[in-house]
Amino acid sequence: MEASAPPEILPRTRRPLDRVGEKVFYGLTAFAALLTLAIIAAIIWKVIDGAWPAIHTFGISFVWNQTWNPVTEMFGARVFIIGTLVTSFGALLLATPISIAIGLFLSELAPSAIKGPIGALIQMLAAVPSVVIGLWGIFVLGPFMLQHVEPPLHDYLGWIPIFGGTPQQAGVLPAIAVLTIMIIPITSSICRELFTSVPRDVKEASIGLGATRWEMIRGVVFPYVKAGIVAAITLGLGRALGEAIAVTQVIGNSLRDFPVSLFGQGNTLASQLAGSYQSAPTNIELESLVYLGLILLVITFITNLTAQRIVHRFEKQHAGAR
Amino acid sequence: MATPISLKATGRSKRRLAMNKAAEGGAILAALVAVGVLVLLVGSVFQKALPALNWDLFVKGQAVFGETGGGIAPAFVGTIMLVLIATAMAVPIGVLVALYVSEFASKQIASQTRLWLDVLNGFPSIVIGIFVFELLVQTKLPILGIGHHQSAWAGGFALAILMVPLIARTAMEVLALVPASLREASYALGVSKWRTVLSVVLPSALGGIVTGTTLAVARAAGETAPLLFTCSIFGQVVNTDPSNSVASVPVVIFEYSESPDKNLNAQAWAAAFVLITFVLLTTLLARLVLDRSRRKLGAAA
Repeated sequence: MEASAPPEILPRTRRPLDRVGEKVFYGLTAFAALLTLAIIAAIIWKVIDGAWPAIHTFGISFVWNQTWNPVTEMFGARVFIIGTLVTSFGALLLATPISIAIGLFLSELAPSAIKGPIGALIQMLAAVPSVVIGLWGIFVLGPFMLQHVEPPLHDYLGWIPIFGGTPQQAGVLPAIAVLTIMIIPITSSICRELFTSVPRDVKEASIGLGATRWEMIRGVVFPYVKAGIVAAITLGLGRALGEAIAVTQVIGNSLRDFPVSLFGQGNTLASQLAGSYQSAPTNIELESLVYLGLILLVITFITNLTAQRIVHRFEKQHAGAR
Repeated sequence: MATPISLKATGRSKRRLAMNKAAEGGAILAALVAVGVLVLLVGSVFQKALPALNWDLFVKGQAVFGETGGGIAPAFVGTIMLVLIATAMAVPIGVLVALYVSEFASKQIASQTRLWLDVLNGFPSIVIGIFVFELLVQTKLPILGIGHHQSAWAGGFALAILMVPLIARTAMEVLALVPASLREASYALGVSKWRTVLSVVLPSALGGIVTGTTLAVARAAGETAPLLFTCSIFGQVVNTDPSNSVASVPVVIFEYSESPDKNLNAQAWAAAFVLITFVLLTTLLARLVLDRSRRKLGAAA
């Protein structure tokens, strides 16, 4: 970006080829940049366009309508929106402390010999395709949670309604677990970068004043990167909201009311879309599905834009500090 | 005689040290949990894949109903086709966008472009599938004869949309590392800007661009969601015509994982084994090369 402009001297020696080449080259790159913007615009336009008949039929009340009934052709998104929010925020609740802890381990604690390998292994987790995580969720994680996680939760915490139901293999809790696994690599690697960006002198100053490592982290590191951590979590949230495949494999895709108990089966916007690709829906059901996609797009769009804004502000704020 | 000073922490200091130990323990535990999950995941894929891992998997189609054996050859062929189509579309666009940002755009426009690429990267992949479904599958006007039904073109296009931001972002990062002195040396020799870019800037950033592409390929090869609405209704024989729908490894894993047939479940695990091996190896390799080319360019600057 900092490239200096070519000197504009000796115009006579410029061959015509160069003048044309320059223009063509500029045109091509600018066209590609515009094309990506056009694709973003086209995605938004096409999804609205595809959902239009359903928007027209059900209006905005689609968002909070409960039923999803292909027989009576009454459709509403409430159960899916609740499911998306519950699973995503549940996963965030678990993933945030773990990610911050991993970030701290990799930036402050780990000896440099194991820093690289462990960081790389956690990055590998991000590369595992979601369909493989879902497969593992069906055959390994689901049964494991059914036998070893849900019964104790039910026995000791069953008086809390969210742990009240009967444990079953597919359900909301495995979906939350799967999403947690998928968010951790993203948020933890951002956290690690944030923690490493804290200037050494402020950290050393706090140690020099006699703080323990934990007090240094709480008193100096966290306040310094607070905004960045919020952005990291928001980016993780964006990922969790949009995840379709792994969730649809483990959540049970139920069309009934979203369960109070985390052991019950549920559904999310993305998993309902992924789950109904093979059914040959009628027009209005298909359009309602696209409407679900539109709601998902709006939610993730806002989430990601917010995250980017925070990152932007954070980078500006700390650009001078280093 | 002064009493010897005890170095043992007491009272408040003891609590502070204990808190510190607890926090450190928590951090180590969290890292262990994450690595443990990866090991468990890969371990169970390896273990469960073994029974169905054989030569037939790669060369045969699905077994006739009721018979065991068979393989998922169409899916391997299909995935290779889809990824090739997607790469062919995404690489030129991604690299050109990166060049626009690094060579021509003002600071303002550069940061805007970066922002929108990140936004595109954040779109749920299932929504991109719906977009391509609306654009190419469900469309009323057939575009180049690929409209009206699912096809490898449509699936590849959906994957390409996912790949562009990944490729562009890595390419931008590497292009920004190309030292200004290289460009200036070229200008000093009287070489025009576009020639400088093509014969000086691009070659020195090539390593980074190739690895960025490799990472994007690894991601695209494992994506299921964009294919569900664009390229998921397929037969059980190898198909090489991109204007028809083709099978693909992720979609086959997705379908077989929900099948009641134990034989198909086992094949899903075997397919997952192949996919995960490919994805993890290419990702690992690409990251190593990317780190090296970053260091090399960084050192030259």
